[in-house]
Amino acid sequence: MTDFSSIFSLALGLVASGDGELYSIIGLSLRVTLTAVAIGCVVGLPLGAFLAVVRFPGNAALTALLNAFMGLPPVVVGLAVYLMLSRAGPLGVLGLLYTPTAMIIAQAVLVTPLIAALARQSLADLHIEYDELFRSLGLSTRAKIATLIWDGRYSLTTAALAGFGRAIAEVGAVIIVGGNIEHVTRVMTTAIALETSKGDLALALALGLILISISLAVNAGVLGLNRTARRLAYA
Amino acid sequence: MLKATDECGARVSTGGAAMFPLSVDGLRFEDRGRVLLDGVTLALDGVRRTVVIGPNGAGKSLLLRVLHGLIRPTAGRVTWAGQPAAPELHARQALVFQRPTLLRRSALDNLVFVLGHLPRTERRDRARELLASAKLAHVAETPARLLSGGEQQRLAIARALARSPDVLFLDEPSASLDPASTHLIEEMILASHADGAKIILVTHDMGQARRISDDVVFMAAGRVAETADSATFFARPTSAEAKAYLAGHLVL
Repeated sequence: MTDFSSIFSLALGLVASGDGELYSIIGLSLRVTLTAVAIGCVVGLPLGAFLAVVRFPGNAALTALLNAFMGLPPVVVGLAVYLMLSRAGPLGVLGLLYTPTAMIIAQAVLVTPLIAALARQSLADLHIEYDELFRSLGLSTRAKIATLIWDGRYSLTTAALAGFGRAIAEVGAVIIVGGNIEHVTRVMTTAIALETSKGDLALALALGLILISISLAVNAGVLGLNRTARRLAYA
Repeated sequence: MLKATDECGARVSTGGAAMFPLSVDGLRFEDRGRVLLDGVTLALDGVRRTVVIGPNGAGKSLLLRVLHGLIRPTAGRVTWAGQPAAPELHARQALVFQRPTLLRRSALDNLVFVLGHLPRTERRDRARELLASAKLAHVAETPARLLSGGEQQRLAIARALARSPDVLFLDEPSASLDPASTHLIEEMILASHADGAKIILVTHDMGQARRISDDVVFMAAGRVAETADSATFFARPTSAEAKAYLAGHLVL
């Protein structure tokens, strides 16, 4: 137990010291994940809204596929992106393997179906409410999608949050396509895995604490936002 | 976009084709084996205020939705000046629902939303004018869904009037509102009519029907039981259904 508490205080010391390596790892983690979630939102929200609004023959099948992809195993996504980006792969010429860009691509692939599926669910409910009004106003599909996304913006933060949670916490995809290279592609989760296996539990624990703190802070922020939205009857 | 009107208040030019007479021919609507509209045939002019009344389940709201093109009938035709419904004709109509569907935005932004045909700089000014006409200027920045029931419905009517429709459909717009709100709403309806819009109103409120109607369409069990001008209908209804309905309301 003394071991554990000494590791814990060591970890807190690391966080407090402003250790350069630690903070560069955190910075990269946030950069990769936030970019991936942003891409996931840009693609996933309109896709989800489209599925909520437009009835077409493949709608149910596509929705089922998206729902299934919500639970894609990160290592499998990592492997698929690896195959695409590896030297022999179709996108090999871009030379992206083992770069932060490759990690962003992998995480974007991971979170886009999740964000799209959750967006479809919440926007489908909103669309039921708005449908007659939309048709009475003669809105185009494009206008309907834009309106649903804007009016559903607060409930969509939950979809983005789920994407963020999935991306910031996953290790399988980024370690395969990023390679966990120090100062280049090392992020919090890959560093935790490495430091734990090396026995440097203080650094691993410090990173773990920070990872959890970031998740808590982001969740609290979104919760506060949604409370405000409910108060204004915007949610 | 202001509309030119002649001395009678009838619309002279809206830049579009004539819409009237509105003809409804043999309209039938079935849902899961139940016949909800059964051989509805009507001819409506573009000037007189038409009020559709009848008991619950008579098919009044459904008829309104079919006329507005929200629901496709099982059989029968709706034609506007001989032409079938078309997007450019639909764009000149507006419908006010019994329960207003308001966007999750401020009252002002709910109006700005439907003013996309105006230059961006003019939208907010026009929206403020519309709010003032609905006596809602003081709640411009309030989230629309926090307004009172009467305010919400006035906002919905202001939104329907935003594009100066040639036809204004209203589906029990003042059901469950207090007399003051009802009065304000009726003022807005009459102002829209004075501005040249055709009014087609569904209501259960016999007082409102008397105040608004030039003509009455009385429906029962999916059929048009009687059509008459307002004075005749309320003084001497001819159909057995209308007599019973009016008697019921007089008893209350």
